[in-house]
Amino acid sequence: MTTPSTPPLSIPDGSRSAKLPVIEIRGIVRRHGPVTAVDQVSFEVRRGEFFSILGPSGAGKTSVLRMLAGFEDPDQGDVLIDGRSMLGVPPNRRPLNLVFQSYALFPHLTVFENVAFGLKMRRVAPPLIAEQVREALTMVKLLGKESRLPAQLSGGEQQRVALARALVNKPAVVLLDEPLAALDQQLRQEMQVELKSIQEQAGLTCVCVTHHQEEAMMMSDRIAVMHQGRMWQIGAPREVYERPCNLFVSRFLGVSNELPGRLEGLVGEHRRFQPSDDEQPPLLVHPVSDEEAGRSATLSLRPEQLRMTHERPARPDPLLRGRIEKTLFSGSNTKYLIRVGHDRLWEVRHRSGTHLPPFALGEPVFLSWSASDGRLFFE
Amino acid sequence: MPPRPLPSRFSSLPGWLAVPGLLWMSVFFLVPLGLVFAISFASRGTYGGIVWEFTPSNYLDLLHPLYGKILGQSMWYATVTTALCFVLGFPLAYVIARSPVRWQPLLLLLVMLPFWTNFLVRTYAWMILLRHDGLINRFLMALGVVDAPLELLYTPAAVVIGLVYGYLPFMVLPLYVAVERLDPLLVEAAWDLYASRWAVLTHVILPLTKPGIVGGCILVFIPSIGSFITPDLLGGARSMMIGNLIQHEYLVVRDWPLGSAVSFVLMAVVMTAVVLYYRSASRTDGPLEGR
Repeated sequence: MTTPSTPPLSIPDGSRSAKLPVIEIRGIVRRHGPVTAVDQVSFEVRRGEFFSILGPSGAGKTSVLRMLAGFEDPDQGDVLIDGRSMLGVPPNRRPLNLVFQSYALFPHLTVFENVAFGLKMRRVAPPLIAEQVREALTMVKLLGKESRLPAQLSGGEQQRVALARALVNKPAVVLLDEPLAALDQQLRQEMQVELKSIQEQAGLTCVCVTHHQEEAMMMSDRIAVMHQGRMWQIGAPREVYERPCNLFVSRFLGVSNELPGRLEGLVGEHRRFQPSDDEQPPLLVHPVSDEEAGRSATLSLRPEQLRMTHERPARPDPLLRGRIEKTLFSGSNTKYLIRVGHDRLWEVRHRSGTHLPPFALGEPVFLSWSASDGRLFFE
Repeated sequence: MPPRPLPSRFSSLPGWLAVPGLLWMSVFFLVPLGLVFAISFASRGTYGGIVWEFTPSNYLDLLHPLYGKILGQSMWYATVTTALCFVLGFPLAYVIARSPVRWQPLLLLLVMLPFWTNFLVRTYAWMILLRHDGLINRFLMALGVVDAPLELLYTPAAVVIGLVYGYLPFMVLPLYVAVERLDPLLVEAAWDLYASRWAVLTHVILPLTKPGIVGGCILVFIPSIGSFITPDLLGGARSMMIGNLIQHEYLVVRDWPLGSAVSFVLMAVVMTAVVLYYRSASRTDGPLEGR
């Protein structure tokens, strides 16, 4: 069988304006008994965008996805797709398809029949079904496995069938519920790249729910961070990582090395920050506003913003003393946990192969950073 | 994808442990069956004894249209009963299997509750309900729905009511097991893929619960076709089924050879029906499930 160069699956209706959001969520609320699973969530998803909803389990992100798919309706608010309200519209009449976390492949149907299911339900002519299924299977590299049953496929192959089963319908939006969570680490990383390239190639609009922050950052154009039913921040991965709006977002997106303290007077263009632990010397931070003097705040730094040295650095940057408490070698990196003050462990990573002098357990070190790098979070 | 049972230490139980069960079955089932088979080729003595002379005459007698009519009637009753049990039992089993897990044992217990009373007693109870001045007629007349009592008892409908009542649990239990194993996400997946509720039922739920449907239908059909208490008490003279004929030949006419021949014809019919049904039901299965 020759593999033809596949034309990308196109968005069906080119006349719709590319500027309009495909999905508009307006202030949706969803209660499960006394629990408010989703609380006043609003966001938009643009055409061709990979949009991730990131949050820990129980954050309400799956509820949002189910309301998009139509399995549930919000108690308040509205869900619009292509400008049309979807309230009361059942899943089979919504122009979106869901890729389930467990894939939910029909065990009694072959790969072909699974992928053809949606087209068959919409009464597409059989020759057209055969053509489009082949196109979708080519895209996910499963040609030749049409007559297998799901049980005869590997986990990665099942994942591809689930993806093909959704995108063969050329939906306005593909919903992904923890799409790669069931795969082992290596396969997962391969599929991240592949899923992203399929999405770009086909110009798919995707809404992905995940608790895996690295995956969300790698694959998404924009990320929405959810916690306790609320959406805290929406933005490009770099923006959310570098300028998190609060400590929760900061901690959830990466390692947050924190130091609580109080802001004091200005020193030149910087402001003095007195750590709560009085044994620590005051530090310089980048001022945010004029009214912050006297307020309590937490300073947060990413591991890659920290420099760790044996000797006190010559530059007048903010500086903390610490002691190496643990070294964790993981191949390409060595992770150091450094005790700072009494009760804080900070994390610094050094790439293997750089010729930095190694650090030994218990060794005293200096941690320094650029005053403009630290982020302040007020209580 | 049903999980394959993991090999455990119990899978290596020594084979000889099956011997007592096999012995029981062969002594108390196969031997009497062989006896019945032998008797079916003998003939009736003047006083109801058995004359051991080989003759196919009993089977030839059964070619008489009257017997064919009784057999056809029995198959009709059993088929209608099975169909009604399925139509009534499937939604019931589905609702039980999808109800909160802690309620399920109680609901299943309620389905099996009728078994706590003797079948004969329960059939007599139906007579009280259905008869001319029975509860149902009195109720309907009190409501003004009918002016004169309906003829309910001693009708084919009464037989079907009694059979459906008696065998509905045999349908519900295997269906419950099948629905309980059905992943609810598959229903959602089909719904998400543009299937209407009807299409979800016919393309996903029914195919995936087929083992339970096949099992339930066989469990209802076989006892229905051979039943004799229900048609005897509720059906009256016109509703004779093949079970009544066997009972009649054995106990009333004391023509054991003819009764045995009828029994074997019934067995052949049931086995043929089951095999045909099983084949047609498993035809659409995928390669893995090909039995």
